[in-house]
Amino acid sequence: MSYEEVILDHWRHPRNKGRLPQPDAAALEANPLCGDVVRIELKVSEGKVAEARFEGEGCAISQAAASLLTELVQGKPLAEAAALTDDDLLGALGGVVRTRLSCALLPLRALRKALAGLRGGTPPGEKL
Amino acid sequence: MIGARIRDDFPLLRRTVHGKPLVYLDSAATSLKPEAVIEAEAAFYREVGANVRRGVYELGAEATERYEGARAKVAALLGARPDEVVFTRGTTEALNLAAWALGETIVEPGDEVLVTEMDHHANLLPWQELVRRKHARLSAVAVTAEGELDLEDFRRKLSPRTRVVALPHASNVLGTINPVSEAAAAAHEAGAVVVLDAAQSVPHMPVDVRELGVDLLAFSGHKALGPTGIGVLWGRGELLRELPPLLVGGEMVREVWLTWARYDDPPARFEGGTPPIAQAVGLGAAMDYLQGIGMAEVRRHGERLTALALAGLLARPEVTVYGPKDPSRRGALVAFNLRGIHPHDVATLLDREGIAIRAGHHCAQPLHRRLGIPASCRVSFHVYNTEDEVAQFLDALDRVVKELS
Repeated sequence: MSYEEVILDHWRHPRNKGRLPQPDAAALEANPLCGDVVRIELKVSEGKVAEARFEGEGCAISQAAASLLTELVQGKPLAEAAALTDDDLLGALGGVVRTRLSCALLPLRALRKALAGLRGGTPPGEKL
Repeated sequence: MIGARIRDDFPLLRRTVHGKPLVYLDSAATSLKPEAVIEAEAAFYREVGANVRRGVYELGAEATERYEGARAKVAALLGARPDEVVFTRGTTEALNLAAWALGETIVEPGDEVLVTEMDHHANLLPWQELVRRKHARLSAVAVTAEGELDLEDFRRKLSPRTRVVALPHASNVLGTINPVSEAAAAAHEAGAVVVLDAAQSVPHMPVDVRELGVDLLAFSGHKALGPTGIGVLWGRGELLRELPPLLVGGEMVREVWLTWARYDDPPARFEGGTPPIAQAVGLGAAMDYLQGIGMAEVRRHGERLTALALAGLLARPEVTVYGPKDPSRRGALVAFNLRGIHPHDVATLLDREGIAIRAGHHCAQPLHRRLGIPASCRVSFHVYNTEDEVAQFLDALDRVVKELS
């Protein structure tokens, strides 16, 4: 038994959890089948992710992945953040069992949606 | 009494999962199959293989014999006549057929269909479609805080416009065994037809359709130690004769002209196209297997394991159990949650120890909404499960709690 140490660590001690006062980009993604919800918020400065935060509820994997993702994109140029692949995140999580991929990748969907909104100039997304 | 040797009959129990012996606690989703069922299905292909009903040659006659033999075995288990047993692809198709046929026959605009808050989606969506098609109304009997049907609410919602009452015999989440004969009597008094989703009861306890007093009853082969792809709609003979088919085409018809056709009598009328013949034969073998143990003994075994699991779960303060606390009022399953831990995490961590449990909404989203939770964990049992497996599950659950809280 046991999740990878990195998942347990982020689940027990989430990083960058909370809301930004005035995010430049934000998006919410949910998995209605299991009730997992993740909202990603970004502050952008000079073409880079100046600050990333997440908020959400759900299983350990989805919430740990969201926490880890905020660390991964911190300080990254927007293009690099947008180019982050599924495997990048899964690798950083130390591997995720195949039956739970949709949980692990939920925050990445939110990130991509937030970044797409930023490029399209649409205002930050739905409320959590 | 069911002993440990029964496990030798189920080849899947010989395999390991993640290097651990399999502890299969998801029989409410689908049961394991005994060798006798696997062999009966394979033997049909090896020894007979032909299509049913139309063969003039020997193999065709043998195929029809095995297929109709399986029907007779199902009928015997249900206390029914063989011509009242319609083979379908499963419970879902059986309930879709029931809703379609009743909609075409007895439901007019403004009429009502009464379901329950604890119905599986398979016994909810066909009725949603029916009321949309017929401009009728759908209402649902409430579930009490104890997870039982609110019979007062049931009587309140029964009206002279109620044409159909559809309910589960045993809830696939709460486990609750509903007072079907009482509900059926009240429904009949109001002039309604009673449709029973027996997917969680027929595989686990004695079910006699006359005693229950319902009009139509559906169950799946694969939850009853039988193959996938085969299920049953039982119907009271006089009612079945009045109902139109859902699937029209070959094998269900007497006389066909270019512009009209005269359909066969039940059950053939409802079995358009080549049926799942080998699967039906496999289901027949499953009926034999269950009858060999005796449904009363199957029930006793399931109740014993459920009582153990319930007691163990209720003794743990971090566990919330859904449904009745009395094992004699439940089917062989228990749904629960661990405080602060998502059901999917519980299921994934148990899986790593070779323990297979279900986590999710179990195709009962309205019920989970009623319970105020997005999902739950569920353990369920059948004849091959043991008291030792229940103990292993409870021990492993403690490790999950230690790991994630």
